[in-house]
Amino acid sequence: MLKPFIKVCVLAILTVSAALANAADTIKVGVLHSLSGTMAISETTLKDTILMMVEEQNAAGGLLGKNLEAVVVDPASNWPLFAEKARELIEKEEVDVIFGCWTSVSRKSVLPVFEELNGLLFYPVQYEGEESSKNVFYTGAAPNQQAIPAVDYLRDEIGAQRWVLAGTDYVYPRTTNKILEAYLKANGVADEDILINYTPFGHSDWQSIVSDIKKFGSAGKKTAVVSTINGDANVPFYKELGNQDISAEDIPVIAFSVGEEELSGIDTGPLVGHLAAWNYFMSVDAEVNDDFIDSWLDFIDDEERVTNDPMEAHYIGFKMWVEAVKKAGTTDSDAVQDAIIGVSVPNLSGGIATMMPNHHITKPVLIGEIQDDGQFDIVWETSGSVPGDAWSDFLPGSRDITADWQAPLSCGNYNVKTGTCSGQVYE
Amino acid sequence: MLGKYLLDHETGGRIFLAVLFGMAVVVPIANLWVPADSFFHIPTYTVTLLGKYLCYALLAVALDLVWGYCGILSLGHGAFFALGGYAMGMYLMRQIGERGVYGHPELPDFMVFLNWDSLPWYWYGFDQFWFAMLMVMFAPGILAFVFGWLAFRSRVSGVYLSIMTQALTYALMLAFFRNELGFGGNNGLTDFKDILGASLQSDTTRVWLFISSVIALALGYLICRYIVNSRLGSVVTAVRDGEARARFIGYRVERYQVWIFTMSAVLAGIAGALYVPQVGIINPGEFQPLYSIELVVWVALGGRATLYGAALGAGIVNYVKTVLTGALPEVWLFVLGALFVLVTIFLPRGVVGIWRRRSNHGR
Amino acid sequence: MKFFRFSGLLAGLLISWPVMSSDAFETAVLSLNTRSFADKTVAANQLAAMEHPRVDLVLDALLEGELYSRRRSDVVVFATSLEAGGYHLVDAVTGEDLGDVGRRDVRKISVNNKLRRQLKGLIASRQLNAPEPDARIAAVEAISNTGDINLRDVIVRQKTVESNTSVLAALDLALVVFDLDSDDAAVRLAAVQASADNLHANVRVKLTNIAGDASLDEELRSAATNSLLAIEKKVSRYQMIETLFFGLSLGSVLVLAAIGLSITFGVMGVINMAHGELIMLGAYTTYVVQLLFPDAIAWSLFIAIPAAFVVSGTAGIIIERGVIRYLYGRPLETLLATFGVSLILQQLVRTVFSPLNRSVITPEWMSGSLEIVGGLSITWNRLYIFFFALMVFAALLLILQKTRLGLEVRAVTQNRAMAQAMGIRNTRVDILTFGLGAGIAGVAGVALSQLTNVGPNLGQSYIVDSFMVVVFGGVGNLWGTLVAGLSLGVVNKFLEPYAGAVVAKILVLIFIILFIQRRPRGLFPQKGRAVEN
Repeated sequence: MLKPFIKVCVLAILTVSAALANAADTIKVGVLHSLSGTMAISETTLKDTILMMVEEQNAAGGLLGKNLEAVVVDPASNWPLFAEKARELIEKEEVDVIFGCWTSVSRKSVLPVFEELNGLLFYPVQYEGEESSKNVFYTGAAPNQQAIPAVDYLRDEIGAQRWVLAGTDYVYPRTTNKILEAYLKANGVADEDILINYTPFGHSDWQSIVSDIKKFGSAGKKTAVVSTINGDANVPFYKELGNQDISAEDIPVIAFSVGEEELSGIDTGPLVGHLAAWNYFMSVDAEVNDDFIDSWLDFIDDEERVTNDPMEAHYIGFKMWVEAVKKAGTTDSDAVQDAIIGVSVPNLSGGIATMMPNHHITKPVLIGEIQDDGQFDIVWETSGSVPGDAWSDFLPGSRDITADWQAPLSCGNYNVKTGTCSGQVYE
Repeated sequence: MLGKYLLDHETGGRIFLAVLFGMAVVVPIANLWVPADSFFHIPTYTVTLLGKYLCYALLAVALDLVWGYCGILSLGHGAFFALGGYAMGMYLMRQIGERGVYGHPELPDFMVFLNWDSLPWYWYGFDQFWFAMLMVMFAPGILAFVFGWLAFRSRVSGVYLSIMTQALTYALMLAFFRNELGFGGNNGLTDFKDILGASLQSDTTRVWLFISSVIALALGYLICRYIVNSRLGSVVTAVRDGEARARFIGYRVERYQVWIFTMSAVLAGIAGALYVPQVGIINPGEFQPLYSIELVVWVALGGRATLYGAALGAGIVNYVKTVLTGALPEVWLFVLGALFVLVTIFLPRGVVGIWRRRSNHGR
Repeated sequence: MKFFRFSGLLAGLLISWPVMSSDAFETAVLSLNTRSFADKTVAANQLAAMEHPRVDLVLDALLEGELYSRRRSDVVVFATSLEAGGYHLVDAVTGEDLGDVGRRDVRKISVNNKLRRQLKGLIASRQLNAPEPDARIAAVEAISNTGDINLRDVIVRQKTVESNTSVLAALDLALVVFDLDSDDAAVRLAAVQASADNLHANVRVKLTNIAGDASLDEELRSAATNSLLAIEKKVSRYQMIETLFFGLSLGSVLVLAAIGLSITFGVMGVINMAHGELIMLGAYTTYVVQLLFPDAIAWSLFIAIPAAFVVSGTAGIIIERGVIRYLYGRPLETLLATFGVSLILQQLVRTVFSPLNRSVITPEWMSGSLEIVGGLSITWNRLYIFFFALMVFAALLLILQKTRLGLEVRAVTQNRAMAQAMGIRNTRVDILTFGLGAGIAGVAGVALSQLTNVGPNLGQSYIVDSFMVVVFGGVGNLWGTLVAGLSLGVVNKFLEPYAGAVVAKILVLIFIILFIQRRPRGLFPQKGRAVEN
């Protein structure tokens, strides 16, 4: 009974030592995305994106004269396992950078590991903000790069006066809705014109809630739904909307977590006209985007596949990391952290993304309407790029906090009022 | 008298204790004192990983006590584990103090940004280590007692009991996911800084946690061994094999069951409490019914009603998982699934069954 | 066809557009190719007023998102996407075939919600002369929905030529809605009073605005308030019925998911953790059927139901033969082995179909809702699934009560050894029973594919609930499963408005736990000797 066990051990040791031997010739890129479990649906694509970027970089001559090597692990949608795998990648595999995580909780779970071991994480998903770590680069949207412009659009262009904030009960919707509620009230929306509703993960029976929304929406004023409903719960939600005959013209629903990939699993016929706010759509009209789509379809070898916003975030993050490594001349974590601030790379919508001192990036905000081919038509966009704000101005707790990772401040949560920087564990 | 119970057990148990003792000695030395470039150095990564396995092993032993010896198949033991973990997590959160990102002296970060004004009453006392440790045992213990008292008194048994324990952990999962409950919702409790004044990120603390886990597992094992070797153990085994008969002989069956069930829940809680500082996060995912089912598989795979077999099963499954999620990320579920199926069919008495059968033949 | 049905009437109604030459048509079509939605709206309005035979084609294509512009040459084209990627182009102005081009050579002319609503109105107004009354009613409704006061005249004109009574009723209703915005106080007041039993959302929006607008005169505002009150009263009356239906519908889903389990678990004593994955297989079968017969979406579900029964049933038989038959008499161990099977099946689906959700199309006859009376409507898919669940239940009951197999199954359930002694071949009964239970799970999957995600995690989300239902109803009792499923659904839905979705579910779980303390063998306990096992 022990024999196979020993064999596995020996194999494991061999793999590790082989990896160690290679370490000198290659730069290792860790990929920490779930390939099984509930999040596999979203994260698998991101793994493929990084693999594609690595391949392209190698074809273009590698980095610092070395080849890049991707190390893929599967944290299996299990949050403690994320921390374990992050440690494995940094300590055992000795990767130079990690692209990974999707959910907030997975990021929170790996955060202490990255800070302890001084790793580099590029996090590609729109999130609730309220965080800025020395070791994490947030290439997805902060709330001010997605939620607030979306509400502005609904209010100014659609004329919405009543608001349903519907979300899955976890921290991203909670925080986003808190921010939106404060923002709406600051703009003169009355209490009774805001309906907030939370549902559990994977909620599948939307009959009552959709019927409530319908009632709320027929009480006089133009109503819009701001949806922070996550992942699997979206399909039954949209199906119910369609079946209860809520059309986008009556009650538009704007979603922050529904992109091209989510739509590819839905029959979009009844959803035409509902909205989504992102920083990138596959339908963006730009030469660089067409190139990206071509190489993606080529890499994945499937004409039906789509691109989406988190993929663009990884694209930007990867390019920024490459630029920063070139600038620093090394993959050393501290050097890259210094070098990357201020680095600008083209984004896929024809503009430029810049890494800011708070480790967030500049992004344009786009609003798209769902079409029946599962794509979005862009109906509105910000005139320029919006810089990501790590700490929201609309939450009482974080109003006075700012993040700046340049000397002399070098702090992710500096309180301007008290002049303190709390909770820093490094050095 | 006590010695008789402790020593009068099988070779497997003795080997198990010896291995644990060996680990407690070798691992700290190899991690702290052997130089990092030496072949014999054990990296901190491995230490925390082993620590995690040990916590799982203790949880498995706790489950084996009720399942293997009492015949109560609990599909909700993950709930007791998670409750213990939350109690520990609350202590660790309070230890952060002013060092949270918002610098609030009392409230954990997640409460500040959800605009809580003050600490809810059930968080009082958790800044004291002794209180938190009491809660680690009481929270799961009381829940198990109440649940067990209700269930066993009305003679809920078999599959009904199993599904009810599943309902219990499912309901708790839904409850803990709610942000209103004040346990951090889906994100749970994270970003711990230190325990009893020692930084959680230092290697020494990690080694101490590891040693505590070894000790907890060894003690947990001995306690369970003591219970099953005692008169109590004989009674519950009798209940497992013929509940009605034991009842007719005059035993108050439900009392024994409640007592063992509660004991097992407390052990699971302790396992959870040791687990949390080592993995750095506790969140409602631990309440998932599927995790609890997987836990049952560990016990079955190692070998029911042996205690050390359960620990071994937990170790094997989690080790295989660690290796495969790194080495074969795309297909590891196939391997794991096949392992479960094959073991159930071909090794009905688990992995330790192979060895036991062989030694029986020898006799 | 459509473009011959042009009404000369309309041309005069809308903003008059003197030039009818194809030059003007071409200019208007080309001016659709702009980024500004306001300019597009103007161009669309111009087009709608023209008599050119290609106007309907262009407007339809714009609405359907098939109107593109060619890069670099600014030609406006109809584009149909090709199987192999890229598009086939037809010139929008001339109808000339422009051949196939790649994806990057064209740019879509997009439409937003406002323009879409306008377009629907414009297209509808061009269809007011359609021969079928239903099409005319739809046109009237579309015009009314635009809320575009300019189109009011279209309605008035149509009233003078319309003879069909139901179309006339629709026209009157549309006029009332338009008149809610009338400048004439008397007309407006009459419209407000006439709206008292109109539950249409638009009407309520307008009434609320009138009631709340302090600048309007008192009589009008109080009339609006009265009408609103009447509407509210009606709405709240319907709410009860609606909640009850929601509950029954949720319950029917639970019953469907659990009923297969009730057979394998209740009758055979097998704890099949792979039950959820068998449901998932059924859902994927629906997807594959739709993939194989893309032209028969309306029929796809009827093909999928037997197909899913066979697929999941076969999978079930393989599981029974490969795994479970070694484990009879060890029920708890079936739990472990089938848990392994469920992991394998999940990963198998992930490998074959990718981890992404698959899109299952809802056939026309299942989408939308059935309006029972104004303001109370029931969605078709839920209604069908409710009756489908009842049918599956009845069929299963028939099989168990009236067939030879059913008799044997019941015999084996009651006493395995005795049944064997009486000459019943246990093995055969086991295979068939398990296959039947698994097949039913597959059929449930077809129904669920119409409600939720078709993805690798589909099964997991139903397995726990299914076990609850079976245990609550009493293991081994089909009626128990039916009653348990429906009542849990209804209780859940009645709690939801007060407690919220999560707490309602928690309360239901606690209720089940406490209930089982009172009745340790569920709602309908099995009696007799079988209990002791």
